[in-house]
Amino acid sequence: MLLLLLLDRNTTKGNLSFRRSFQQLQDRLEPVVVGVIYICGWSAILFVIAIFVFVFKESLPAITGIGTEIAAGEIEVEQLDLVEFTTSPRWIPESSKKPAFGILALIVGTLSVTFFSILLAVPLGLGAAVYVSEFAGNKTREILKILIELLAAIPSVVWGFIGIVIMNPLITNLSGEAVGLNILNAGIVLALMSVPIIVSVSEDALRAVPDSFREAGLAMGANRWEMIYKVLFPAAKNGLLAAVLLGIGRGIGETMAVLMCTGHSVNMPTSLFDPVRTLTATIAAELGEAVRGDLHYHTLFLIGVVLFAFAFIINLTADLVVKGVRDQSNV
Amino acid sequence: MSTSTIAPNPSTSNPEPILQSGDPPSMPETNDKLSIRVRDLNLWYGDFQALKDVNIDIRKGIITGLIGPSGCGKTTLLRCFNRINERYEGVKTTGDIEILDKNIYDSDVTSRQLRRRIGMVFQRPNPLPISIYDNVLFGANLHKTHKQLTRRERNDVVQQALEQVALWDTVKDKLKTRATTLTLEQQQKLCIARLIPLKPDVILMDEPCSALDAEGIEQVEGLIESLRDDYTVVIVTHNMAQARRATDECIFMLMGKIIEHSSTADMFLNPREEQTEMYIQGRYG
Ligand SMILES: Nc1ncnc2c1ncn2[C@@H]1O[C@H](COP(=O)(O)OP(=O)(O)OP(=O)(O)O)[C@@H](O)[C@H]1O
Ligand SMILES: [Mg+2]
Repeated sequence: MLLLLLLDRNTTKGNLSFRRSFQQLQDRLEPVVVGVIYICGWSAILFVIAIFVFVFKESLPAITGIGTEIAAGEIEVEQLDLVEFTTSPRWIPESSKKPAFGILALIVGTLSVTFFSILLAVPLGLGAAVYVSEFAGNKTREILKILIELLAAIPSVVWGFIGIVIMNPLITNLSGEAVGLNILNAGIVLALMSVPIIVSVSEDALRAVPDSFREAGLAMGANRWEMIYKVLFPAAKNGLLAAVLLGIGRGIGETMAVLMCTGHSVNMPTSLFDPVRTLTATIAAELGEAVRGDLHYHTLFLIGVVLFAFAFIINLTADLVVKGVRDQSNV
Repeated sequence: MSTSTIAPNPSTSNPEPILQSGDPPSMPETNDKLSIRVRDLNLWYGDFQALKDVNIDIRKGIITGLIGPSGCGKTTLLRCFNRINERYEGVKTTGDIEILDKNIYDSDVTSRQLRRRIGMVFQRPNPLPISIYDNVLFGANLHKTHKQLTRRERNDVVQQALEQVALWDTVKDKLKTRATTLTLEQQQKLCIARLIPLKPDVILMDEPCSALDAEGIEQVEGLIESLRDDYTVVIVTHNMAQARRATDECIFMLMGKIIEHSSTADMFLNPREEQTEMYIQGRYG
């Protein structure tokens, strides 16, 4: 950008020799630049594949079995019971008598926190996006956008802090529960964390709607609210949907804040005030302590694969839904 | 009788049996032939004065053209009539605009009621990104004029509106498709069709043909022609031939002022003002 400006100024001055040598430099550099861009593009794909292969490979022994030599010539094979893994709510990996590796409670924990947070974040995020794009003046808009980006930059451990130090006593005081680290707490914190992404993506979507649509609605006699939900929302629905799905993805992948705010106890929740534990937090908390190579260790990687699957399903539905909406309206 | 609505066009002669809720009985007819009456209108965009002492009387039931070089304020004037200028910040207006004997700046006139009576067609066709069917009924749904109608009757409303703009045969099998998939010409016709269920008194058009090809222009001009008598049409155009063909009266503007207002034939054959003559002969761009 700056270079272009420089170039511009020089051309207007008529500094031809500089311009020519700059042009030559550009020509020579072009293949290099193209090469770098190629590498950037492909490296993204490569990284994803490499990470997936690594996680998958590390999780494989849990399924195929891990052999340990307990006496000369005698090998005991430890293996994960996949039925137990997917359907049991009991997660007691370090029990010396009988460890249990059921992740149902962890899945339910993840989903309940994410679901509750998205319930809060969508109206809040969409409302904020509508305000920023349709109501705020230019100055207010710029300030708000900067603040929202700032909100997105807050490290998740700080959010966890807020959950423990501020939300926790607030919840215990208001509800009378003994402990305030639960679905409610984590859901609210997670909602605040996913609001920035929802706001910025849906604000982009709203502002991409041509002004002529707004004028069409207004000129037919719509007031601002009618114009927003009868004209803008239908016009921007793909982008808005993408915003919501990105918010969900954010919720499912978040680790540190939920580790701190959910109470981190394995539990099938029955109310918002129940503490839970999530898939991500389990990996984060236990991987460091698990004995490298044993069943617990490999099972944690298998949870990683499950998270991968979640992310994949969300992204796929996002694509399909967005595409479906588009196709349907284009028939 | 509701005083808060703009006086309806007493001579609404559309034959369709569509009920308009809250249509008051006809008003005492003072200005029988007048539709829009502008008095001492001035408009500023911030510090820039875009309209200067505009006084005009636009007759009812005819097509009036607004002509003038680029930037002279045609669009600005047109957008005063439905007060859609107000959506820009820093717009200041003084003066009066009476439409069918009601000052549109009166405090009891809401832009909602006003815009129901004054339809607008834009330079670039702007059907909404919803189905063709919903586009036609958008205004009706908004103003709940057809709320009591059955599905069947609503279908009839859509059919009548689309027939009036000669679009019915083309789109009758794809009413549920998105309106933005139509050709520009069809889109512009749809934009006119969606005004019809509301039976506006005035239809404002800002260069409605400038995005269309020759055939589209011919079609839409024919359509505008067919709106005469039932509606008062005010049309901005850059195209002298079109102004000549399609309008009954013309208003020539220059730098925010009205220079001349006369019948189209007079304006093009023996203009009163020298500036008009120069413009018509193509000396202002
Ligand atoms: N929103 C606005 N803010 C500031 N100035 C404006 C705005 N809209 C129009 N103007 C200015 O007001 C003057 C009249 O503009 P207007 O669009 O009414 O002209 P026009 O006759 O319709 O021109 P054209 O034939 O090019 O459409 C122009 O000088 C224009 O630059
Ligand atoms: Mg214009």
